[in-house]
Amino acid sequence: MTSIKTILTGAALALGLTTAAFAADTTKVGFVYVGPIGDFGWSYEHNQARLAVEEAYGDKVETTYVESVPEGADAERVLTQMALSGHDLIFTTSFGYMDPTMTVAAKFPDVKFEHATGYKRDKNVSTYSARFYEGRAVIGTIAGRVTKTNKVGYIASFPIPEVIRGINSAYIHAKKVNPDVEFKIVWVYTWFDPAKEADAATALIEQGVDVIMQHTDSPAAMTIAEEKGIVAFGQASDMVQFGPNARLSSIIDNWAPYYVARVGAAMDGTWESTDTWAGIKDGMVGIGAFSDKVPADVAAEAQAISDSISSGSYHPFTGPLNKQDGTVWLADGEVADDGTLAGLDFYVEGIEGDIPN
Amino acid sequence: MDLSAINPVLLVASLMIAATPILLAAIGELVVERAGVLNLGVEGMMIIGAICGFAIAVETGSPLVGFVGAAFAGAALSLLFAFLTQIMLANQVASGLALTLFGLGLSALIGQGYAGQKPPPTPRLDLPVLSDMPVLGQVLFSHDPMVYFAIAMIAATWAVLKYSRVGLILRAVGENHDAAHALGYKVVRIRILAIMFGGACAGLGGAYLSLIRVPQWTEGMTAGAGWIALAIVVFASWKPWRVMLGAYLFGGVTVLQFNLQAAGVSIPVQYLSMAPYVITILVLVIMSSSKSRAALNAPAALGRIFHATH
Repeated sequence: MTSIKTILTGAALALGLTTAAFAADTTKVGFVYVGPIGDFGWSYEHNQARLAVEEAYGDKVETTYVESVPEGADAERVLTQMALSGHDLIFTTSFGYMDPTMTVAAKFPDVKFEHATGYKRDKNVSTYSARFYEGRAVIGTIAGRVTKTNKVGYIASFPIPEVIRGINSAYIHAKKVNPDVEFKIVWVYTWFDPAKEADAATALIEQGVDVIMQHTDSPAAMTIAEEKGIVAFGQASDMVQFGPNARLSSIIDNWAPYYVARVGAAMDGTWESTDTWAGIKDGMVGIGAFSDKVPADVAAEAQAISDSISSGSYHPFTGPLNKQDGTVWLADGEVADDGTLAGLDFYVEGIEGDIPN
Repeated sequence: MDLSAINPVLLVASLMIAATPILLAAIGELVVERAGVLNLGVEGMMIIGAICGFAIAVETGSPLVGFVGAAFAGAALSLLFAFLTQIMLANQVASGLALTLFGLGLSALIGQGYAGQKPPPTPRLDLPVLSDMPVLGQVLFSHDPMVYFAIAMIAATWAVLKYSRVGLILRAVGENHDAAHALGYKVVRIRILAIMFGGACAGLGGAYLSLIRVPQWTEGMTAGAGWIALAIVVFASWKPWRVMLGAYLFGGVTVLQFNLQAAGVSIPVQYLSMAPYVITILVLVIMSSSKSRAALNAPAALGRIFHATH
């Protein structure tokens, strides 16, 4: 269904752009989103950043976007259409667009690409991502403190390094403040499907979970948490309107400064292929305000962790840490390097269950 | 692994909730297809029902009015499809796909300003003695009224198709529209009514999503439920009670696998998720394996355009 929608939106886009291509001195920037811009999560924030680009450069820039593009072959077609219709810079905003981006980038060496959360680069392909695991360390601390059943539910999307990093970081920090804490992880195999996300939240709550974290894009889990009277964290967006009582805090993605800077670089010819991985310090990862459900001492503790990560004095993955099988991953005081983190494919010691493959 | 963490009573209760949207949409589509029309716009009608039901319930404060409005909205959208395919004799597959696209876009437009709002809660059934029974009470007697309405729809559809004159005429139109026309039945009118019924049911299914199952409005929130409803109709080989079986199976697999995962059972999630589709393919293979079986099932005039030549 979304694929059909994509074909037609893609076709409509191509038609619209052939006429616009005559206005040559504007820079054309395309965005590809994995969900609808109204998901109030991941795609919503990327679109907010697109609007920020328009605001920053006014008439000098023209932006287009295609939403709900499935990861895989459909993405390749949408990207090809965008490249053919005269875009100078294209942001592909989901991990699953990695290979399509590389394929299309190889065919269009003059078009610049920016791929979010991936690890493959080329001379016309940059990657960028946020250190979401820094935010997870903060909300993991809160989760460990506030849970009464000692069961924290985690709605995970796909078993990719970014998601696994988040689970590990949240668990490490919850465990640090609450040795009895247990994580129940449910993989839903989708980024956006409110009904499934709601079902997963319900299943977790029925099994005794009283705090929910999610790594999916819609606010469905927050709504269910509100309805069932437990607490949860906003993901990608603040989501407070969906859970006025349930929301404790949130991890907010702020892509706007990066997008504005990169579009600017493309305009003045200084754009180069880069690898950006920014965190709390750079403002790409924001921590939403702590609600009054977070006790003052816990809020102070969480804020302290956020501050120490921001100042660089603390890294969320600092040894001693063991892998799930008990072997040593990081020795005492050792800090995980970015290369290992980028390809993280194992749980840390204490998390139960296997990562699906 | 801790299977005892799964409460079978709660599991069955969530399963029924997860199955209801696709159950409603599928029974509507079954009637449409039994009348010989293939409407692939279920997804579009569902999402229109989801947003219209949500908006009306928020504005009036009554979930019941919301559901009624959703049914009307779904039926109204389906009229567009009916006009294209029954009056203009357009291709049904293309028109259905267009209806889905149109519905998704229109719902996003209507839904601006409704994201983040809370729908009024739908009261659950609370019968004095029955709802308080230990196990049966929770499984059978404490749902919201729509769960029972959906099951009643299945029973009603089955009875009407099997025993009533209306059902006979509807099936005649779906099996051989030329013969039905020759007998004096208004093929186009009957089909338009069937399409509207399908639209109303899909609208109700969508509203169930936005008012009860997820209680929120998010763009594109049906996320493919309409297509599952279409698959269920085929899986059910166009028989009402099997639609219910299919919906509970499709809905149940999702809920079951989430519960197993939460309980720490290491199961290959992918296989469980694709199980309903594999079963659908198997059903199709078995159905088409011999002529006698095939003849028993799909309506003979399904998807064919009717043009009265005399």
